[in-house]
Amino acid sequence: MLIYAVKRLSVALLVALTVSLLTFSMIYLSGDPAMALAGEAATQADIENIRRVYGYDQPIYVQYFGWLGNALTGDLGQSHYLNSPVSEVIFTRLPVTMILGASALSFGLLLAIPLGVLAAMRPNTILDRFALGLAVIGQALPSFWFALIMIFFFGVALRWLPITGSDSWLNFVMPSIALGYYITPAVMRLTRAGMIEVLSSDYIRTARAKGLRPSVVLFKHALRNAIIPVVSLAAVQFGFMLGGSIVIETIFAINGLGQLAWESILRADLPMMQAIVLVLSCIYIILTLVADILNAFLDPRIRVS
Amino acid sequence: MADGTIKSRTGVHIEDRIIDEPSPGERARKRMFSHFGFMFGGFILLAIIALAFLAPLISPHDPFDQQLARKLIPPIWHDHAKVTWVHPLGTDQFGRDYLSRLIHGSQISLLIGFSAMLISGVIGTALGVAAGYFGGRVDMVVNFLITTRLSMPVILVALAVVSLVGNSLTIVIWVLGLLIWDRFAVVMRSTTQQVRNLDYVAAAQAIGCSVPRIIFSEIMPNIVNNLIVVATIEMAHAIILEAALSFLGLGVQPPAPSWGLMIAEGKNYMLFDPWLIGIPGTALFILILAINLLGDGIRDVTAPENRN
Amino acid sequence: MSDRILEVENLTVDIPVGGGMLHAVQGISFHVDRGETLCIVGESGCGKSLTSLAVMDLLPSKAFRTANVLNLADEDMLSVGERRMSDIRGNTMGMIFQEPMTSLNPAYTIGNQMEEGIKRHKNVSTAEARERAVYLLEKVGITGAASRLGQYPHQLSGGLRQRVMIAMTIMCGPNLIIADEPTTALDVTIQAQILLLLAELQREFDMGLILITHDLGVVARIADRVAVMYAGQIVEQGTADQVFNRPTHPYTQGLLECIPIPGKTDRSKPLGSIPGIVPSLVGKFSACHFAERCPYAMDECVAGNIDMRGAAAAGHEYRCLLDNETCDANARKKGVA
Repeated sequence: MLIYAVKRLSVALLVALTVSLLTFSMIYLSGDPAMALAGEAATQADIENIRRVYGYDQPIYVQYFGWLGNALTGDLGQSHYLNSPVSEVIFTRLPVTMILGASALSFGLLLAIPLGVLAAMRPNTILDRFALGLAVIGQALPSFWFALIMIFFFGVALRWLPITGSDSWLNFVMPSIALGYYITPAVMRLTRAGMIEVLSSDYIRTARAKGLRPSVVLFKHALRNAIIPVVSLAAVQFGFMLGGSIVIETIFAINGLGQLAWESILRADLPMMQAIVLVLSCIYIILTLVADILNAFLDPRIRVS
Repeated sequence: MADGTIKSRTGVHIEDRIIDEPSPGERARKRMFSHFGFMFGGFILLAIIALAFLAPLISPHDPFDQQLARKLIPPIWHDHAKVTWVHPLGTDQFGRDYLSRLIHGSQISLLIGFSAMLISGVIGTALGVAAGYFGGRVDMVVNFLITTRLSMPVILVALAVVSLVGNSLTIVIWVLGLLIWDRFAVVMRSTTQQVRNLDYVAAAQAIGCSVPRIIFSEIMPNIVNNLIVVATIEMAHAIILEAALSFLGLGVQPPAPSWGLMIAEGKNYMLFDPWLIGIPGTALFILILAINLLGDGIRDVTAPENRN
Repeated sequence: MSDRILEVENLTVDIPVGGGMLHAVQGISFHVDRGETLCIVGESGCGKSLTSLAVMDLLPSKAFRTANVLNLADEDMLSVGERRMSDIRGNTMGMIFQEPMTSLNPAYTIGNQMEEGIKRHKNVSTAEARERAVYLLEKVGITGAASRLGQYPHQLSGGLRQRVMIAMTIMCGPNLIIADEPTTALDVTIQAQILLLLAELQREFDMGLILITHDLGVVARIADRVAVMYAGQIVEQGTADQVFNRPTHPYTQGLLECIPIPGKTDRSKPLGSIPGIVPSLVGKFSACHFAERCPYAMDECVAGNIDMRGAAAAGHEYRCLLDNETCDANARKKGVA
């Protein structure tokens, strides 16, 4: 188990390094980052100034290692537009996105897992087809459109929920639903498939033959085994949600990392853009690592060997 | 015996019960045509493709033609004085006919979806088959590439790249194509691994077939059905991504009638003229739904045991 | 309370399948007394496993059973609801399955799985449950029982797991145990040990035991009574002595011809075989199921249903139109009697 963890960790580090390289080179897609940063109204002097301040006049590898070195100590550069350190801004806005992601994940899971279990208990019945139908519809619904529809009905027509800002938990209801429903189909299908397979296994037959109550058989014995791959999937999906939050946050004007990313893209705030992609990627890498470890931990066959 | 009876040792005749079994081909065709999702999805998709091809012929108006005097006419089913059959789906804030824009928008969605799927398919399949067939170092490298790609948030990277490079149709297609190849790689890799271990591949190797030949004539035919399923998934994925990009203003540029863009433009009038977002959104939904149903149907029909 | 633990009369199990209705078990009757071992033998697909599942009411959802009588120690099991049934299962009636490798939940320890049954059925504390688990593990021959409780199934071998299964099944002190091919998936050397263990436990705890198997050698060792099943029906039933030493039904005779039994089989003659295959049980089918393969089949054999009839000794019955003397003569000719 320890060797496995070490191997996984080293691969993760390598991936993080590669991502940092890719993120770094991203800013050169525009040709001249200094020009992009300076904006359209800048003079030649401004551009040269920026080039000097941000170090764009130095050889690329020097820039990269400088940037990487700083990043490892927590210094992600200076935002040209906000005139403050990038890491400070990011870590102020990150918690909001994390909360949004967590509540979206909770919503998605609370919907998907019970549906998956119910569908697996009665395969090929109306309930099952309903659940699968819901999954199919959910997969076809673009999240930004779904968000707008919800705003129209719940925010405007019915006035039940606020449609912008992030003051109270009510503000997070619609964004969480809009962000979270997207993982429901995949999680539901996985839960259903896992449960169907587990429910027909020999040890469930043994549990029934022992006269255990149906709820015990279902939750203690069946779900415990079927949920293992779902945990991994959920961790990974959480990572996707953090990335996908950009659309939802801009629609609902939630002051999180996604909104920050959007603003920095609009303003061509390159250091900020780079940093956000790097941070989100690292979070994702950590999440997959956690998912792997959880996976191994939940299965005694791996944990105790 | 010839008439299907069995003669026992003592001469007693016993009727053999014959169970009528259809042939594999018949069974496959029967499965196809009785699979609701496959038929429904396939039909809708074909209809939308037909719409896209025939767009110049069947659109009642020019989708770019602005008629400010006729702006914001509701669709025909609204109870409003201004509704007219001239504009059955109404007009937008620039007086452009919504039906025509909708029909032309299908071209954009289908074009981007198909092209991005093709690009990502080539990249992902090449990587996946190589990893699955050769194993070892090749597999390690491909896995590393896939993990790296998966670690980067797609929408964010797509937005960033498009904002830096510029947003034309071509660029959007290439950015998407270069980003969504991961599922192709993962699925093709595992499928190739499974097929690779089958006996007839070993046989082909034993008689000295060259590697490209083995790949194309032994392995490919067996992974094609999985390939098609993933292709439909990624085509739908690309269409949704383009719509999201256009919605945020970094996809196809106005005045192109991209459905995502139509939703973005209609967003500000959503309060009083909700059809402006309702119609293109529904179109997107139906297109994605059809593609997904078709993909699910293909998977069920060709390999029902993979159904989950 | 009578000595009769299980009384089954006219049990049928039907399963709807693509081509019609599969009559997997067709009107069988048998009984088990306290302290008695009944072996149900037959080849694969004859319905013996489904019989045991029917008695436990654990049939797959598509299948359904009917019976005239299905009594467990004078309690009518046909009329009890699922609640009462789940109180009975694992409590007064237990079952051991064929695959020890997959019959235990990989996510929980041995101790957990053993104790949960007794805590469910009896009002015992965790300490008492644990005590009983250790006691029974030692009874089934597992050393270091206390530490085994903390182990997971994947850490044990197949033979050990089956012993754990047996111990687990006795936790609540059942009156009846059904063992469905408990040794088939195990090494030959371990098979004997497990069987002897079962016989020993049965004697010590005074339980009824139904052992389902296709291995006549097993039957010869531990059976008190034997029921021979073929294609969903019991074709011969009696004490072990009666069935083995005076096999009456042509199928039983054929089986004994096929299988060498130490001490009985003539080593100089070739082993017998029964030509043909088992008939399909889908759809209406009357007449003797064995007729196609029977060396003595007559036209009357396919004319209609054949009931059980008594053989020479009391308690010995068989399902054939041939009379007792003819069957005896056939058996002597084949050298199995």
